[in-house]
Amino acid sequence: MRLFVIRSLESAIRRGGASASSCRRFSSDSGPERKVAILGAAGGIGQPLALLMKLNPLVSTLALYDIAGTPGVAADVSHINTRAEVAGYAGEEQLGKALEGSDVVVIPAGVPRKPGMTRDDLFNINAGIVKSLCTAISKYCPNAVVNMISNPVNSTVPIASEVFKKAGTYDERKLFGVTTLDVVRAKTFYAGKAKVPVAGVNVPVVGGHAGITILPLFSQATPASNDLSDEDIKALTKRTQEGGTEVVEAKAGKGSATLSMAYAGAIFADACLKGLNGVPDVVECSFVQSSITELPFFASKVRLGKNGVEEVLGLGSLSDYEEEGLEKLKPELKASIEKGIKFAREN
Amino acid sequence: MRSFVVRSVEFALRRRGAASSNRRLFSSDSAPERKVAILGAAGGIGQPLALLMKLNPLVSDLALYDIAGTPGVAADVGHINTRAQVAGYAGEEQLGKALEGSDVVIIPAGVPRKPGMTRDDLFNINAGIVKSLCTAIAKYCPSAVVNMISNPVNSTVPIASEVFKRAGTYDEKKLFGVTTLDVVRAKTFYAGKAKVSVADVNVPVVGGHAGITILPLFSQATPASNDLSTEDIKALTKRTQDGGTEVVEAKAGKGSATLSMAYAGAIFADACLKGLNGVPDIVECSFVQSSITELPFFASKVRLGKNGVEEVLGLGPLSDYEKEGLENLKPELKASIEKGIRFAKDN
Repeated sequence: MRLFVIRSLESAIRRGGASASSCRRFSSDSGPERKVAILGAAGGIGQPLALLMKLNPLVSTLALYDIAGTPGVAADVSHINTRAEVAGYAGEEQLGKALEGSDVVVIPAGVPRKPGMTRDDLFNINAGIVKSLCTAISKYCPNAVVNMISNPVNSTVPIASEVFKKAGTYDERKLFGVTTLDVVRAKTFYAGKAKVPVAGVNVPVVGGHAGITILPLFSQATPASNDLSDEDIKALTKRTQEGGTEVVEAKAGKGSATLSMAYAGAIFADACLKGLNGVPDVVECSFVQSSITELPFFASKVRLGKNGVEEVLGLGSLSDYEEEGLEKLKPELKASIEKGIKFAREN
Repeated sequence: MRSFVVRSVEFALRRRGAASSNRRLFSSDSAPERKVAILGAAGGIGQPLALLMKLNPLVSDLALYDIAGTPGVAADVGHINTRAQVAGYAGEEQLGKALEGSDVVIIPAGVPRKPGMTRDDLFNINAGIVKSLCTAIAKYCPSAVVNMISNPVNSTVPIASEVFKRAGTYDEKKLFGVTTLDVVRAKTFYAGKAKVSVADVNVPVVGGHAGITILPLFSQATPASNDLSTEDIKALTKRTQDGGTEVVEAKAGKGSATLSMAYAGAIFADACLKGLNGVPDIVECSFVQSSITELPFFASKVRLGKNGVEEVLGLGPLSDYEKEGLENLKPELKASIEKGIRFAKDN
């Protein structure tokens, strides 16, 4: 199933300036060798994410790591007739081998929410997991692009930065909190209310990745809609902010978003790989070290390239409602960031 | 992610005779409305299969049915920004609604193997499940294309045919045992041994879907390889036949192939949808009612179209080794078919 190779071609053709040599770069098997490691690959997100990354012809090597279960997942996924060579690594003693030579490390590891929990409630368990995975990254693949999925992202990304700083390997252009699922939700919900085909929709989402720190900018949505009232926008905003909770409740204790998160994670990792491969104009929203507000980390559109973040784009113009939302989210986001930094410094 | 729509366009362009009107048929949202139902959507195969079908722009409606858990899976997958409207149905009383209006019904329902089990060991549990699901199909969507994944396929497809015959709804052109994963495995293993790029490989696989009833025809593999010895071919054949067992053992009691099976199921369902939509030259291997051997059901290449099977293609020329394999598989396949027919007639 040449899903990604076709999409790569499509994107290469659509982006201004893609030459014939760019096209050849993305035919199956002739893209540069790229290793992707998934930490937490036997979990609810990790498994479907492993499937989607195996389908991506930009990936030449796929390393699947978890504390257990990965040999089975690797055997399963490796039968698929696509480019990537797959290997499974189980247990901490194999983490180094899993990581060595990685271009992109995707981290879905950790526990998911149960009904009634906030992402912050996961902090105590997941902070420790993230810290030790990042310690290994700084040792075995310090130049890798890191895609953080483990919640609470608003805190685990700062934890990662502190671990990397302590190891002397920190590159702020290489560390991303994955907020793509918020963008995916905003697009889906907007398309439904505005009654436009979802495939054509774009909506930036800025801020952070929890509750009111998620700020979708529907005023910048395309295609623009004249049919949405203020009430509609509020409802869309709230639904985007609570999209994760919606799934946690529907799963009634059986977990949180896994399939849509795998999809979002695969989209973002694909964008990072394209950037590394020199495809121009790759822009995605992500939670990164940022100076566009007074907070040290903030999600906005970023342009991706050979160094990871090439440019952090500004917020653009905000409606009054969005300006209000922006001011409201800052204290909570600031506190979550500081909680992460404090944890990393004290442990 | 316009993966499938772009691939559809690519196919339409590549196939001889595709007029520009065909291309318009496949732009997102103007393709015909198509409902796909997945029976067993909350299971190990069903969930990643639901994800992949949600990514397919040929699907306008995706119905996810299981005895439990489907509201959560539907909420999750429903957030993805692609065309298909998703609904979850849980419990037998909702099976009818799940099925009504379906163009394609995919059945991964049932229990998977544990180490040491054959697919036939699953018969007792899965035969009953398949029988009741097919009874509902005959009632609620008798014209649907049925893609049978539940093992043992060699028996569950005949069970389905008997249930449909009893209901007076049987159309042999619409009933398919999914053998695509055997094809996927044959391609992957062949590419590895012949050291060719897996994206270019084609290998037909005929017979059935269990052990020695799986007969890969490496003599017809493309690109042809002069470097494979007789021993290599035997090893490839055995590995393809035992591919499922390989994963069952690697998962050590945690299940059988889920991710690769979801991929294969999605490939085959996509082929059925394209056939229904009038895309020419859609050929896939599948286990269907067949007169190319003396057995009533047999897997071979089939051409898919608006009626399901348009043409069952012959086996093509076989090497001596393959002819031997063909004769060896017939008794076991015949017995499995008859076991299924007898179960359906006695229950």
